[in-house]
Amino acid sequence: MARYDRAITVFSPDGHLFQVEYALEAVRKGNAAVGVRGTDIVVLGVEKKSTAKLQDSRSVKKIVNLDNHIALACAGLKADARVLINRARIECQSHRLTVEDPVTVEYITRYVAGLQQKYTQSGGVRPFGLSTLIVGFDPYSGVPSLYQTDPSGTFSAWKANATGRNSNSIREFLEKNYKETSGQETIKLAIRALLEVVESGGKNIEVAVMTKEHGLRQLEEAEIDAIAAEIEAEKEAAEAAKKAPPKEK
Amino acid sequence: MKLDTTGMESAAPVWGSHNELVDGFSAAPSFELPNTTDFDGFQKEAIQMVKPAKGTTTLAFIFKEGVMVAADSRASMGGYISSQSVKKIIEINPYMLGTMAGGAADCQFWHRNLGIKCRLHELANKRRISVTGASKLLANILYSYRGMGLSVGTMIAGWDETGPGLYYVDNEGGRLKGMRFSVGSGSPYAYGVLDNGYRYDMSVEEAAELARRAIYHATFRDGASGGVASVYYVGPNGWKKLSGDDVGELHYRYYPVMPSTIEQEMAEVTGA
Repeated sequence: MARYDRAITVFSPDGHLFQVEYALEAVRKGNAAVGVRGTDIVVLGVEKKSTAKLQDSRSVKKIVNLDNHIALACAGLKADARVLINRARIECQSHRLTVEDPVTVEYITRYVAGLQQKYTQSGGVRPFGLSTLIVGFDPYSGVPSLYQTDPSGTFSAWKANATGRNSNSIREFLEKNYKETSGQETIKLAIRALLEVVESGGKNIEVAVMTKEHGLRQLEEAEIDAIAAEIEAEKEAAEAAKKAPPKEK
Repeated sequence: MKLDTTGMESAAPVWGSHNELVDGFSAAPSFELPNTTDFDGFQKEAIQMVKPAKGTTTLAFIFKEGVMVAADSRASMGGYISSQSVKKIIEINPYMLGTMAGGAADCQFWHRNLGIKCRLHELANKRRISVTGASKLLANILYSYRGMGLSVGTMIAGWDETGPGLYYVDNEGGRLKGMRFSVGSGSPYAYGVLDNGYRYDMSVEEAAELARRAIYHATFRDGASGGVASVYYVGPNGWKKLSGDDVGELHYRYYPVMPSTIEQEMAEVTGA
């Protein structure tokens, strides 16, 4: 098998592109990222590895704007992310220039995925080692969307999804607990999902919220702590309720 | 200076173009410009060679119910009328029209090409392209051929999500958004009638009649315009051809022949 992972333009005998699969491994080692779509809001949450004492935390924002109405979070190689994000930002402006219209979420996702695919079919380059979660609102209809791309260049729309470390557990949790929500409820659902795999506290997660009116807003640490505390309280109440009924019999 | 030849791209992708990975922008296939010492002079000569006279009358205007588009149908080569039945209103797609003024081949080809691009946009984005977007695509292509002798003076009229849209696009790469436009050698005459009779609140029939009259008056005075006055209406359900009247017949409809009194007196006197 080692013979088939040098030049990535080569398939292995059983139909694998090993470089792409290795890139997915890199994603699996990256920090957890979760995205949830509500009826009037989309929420992105990312695990924040503890910043070093001397590091300026403002310079390591993991959830970024691609345009006023589109945001992106990713898991995997952060350096690759920077390149991809810059290309996507240019494309957003280029689209505005050529058709006098902001991009739709689907368009820019297709562009990012197309870019990732191109690097799986060229000589001398390696794939981007990241999966992205792209959220935003359609400029005309105002409908919120959440999309995910991966190193192979595939993309699809999701109601809620996770990528990066322990993404399987988060996705399981979302599958069990997802329902159509709006506003604060959606934020809570996203944080609950992230807290399944991350230590509780505003220090360890970064959450950003996108609404049609206000665009992207990063939540303050204090806000996240407050919501996390709410979630804890709800969990305890649920536990207590579970223990109570048997006694009532 | 790289020309935008995306309009002439074939469906087959360029093989192994490494440049695309390095550039921040997608590189369109391009060809080199001729090596001249005096590029401005070369441009002037190219324009003189083709001499875009734009012998025609076309007009379009937005009103309450949508967009009205009208044109004549005469093609002239100097003093010779080569055709009285040219289709100057080009159907880009079921909800967008383009008018032809200038070089017939240029207009036809680039409008057809615009139709292809609009359709590809629909397929890729699962929604129709806006009139704004379509006119900008055409304007960008024409801009990249600036000075090469293209002769196109067109109006893109259509109905999209934002309502009726009308843009004027020409071979200089200019693009204007507006409510009323007339293009061609007969346009001054058409503007006179159009601007005089225009109201935003017109019915479809009133607007059609205004458009028809404006074209007729232009053909009456301008030698390079004539033939048939075609009138199209673009509404929320797309375009519809309303009429195509021979301007000779329109003349007698508007100005019927009245027997004058002197002629009546010239009757034969029977007997003495």
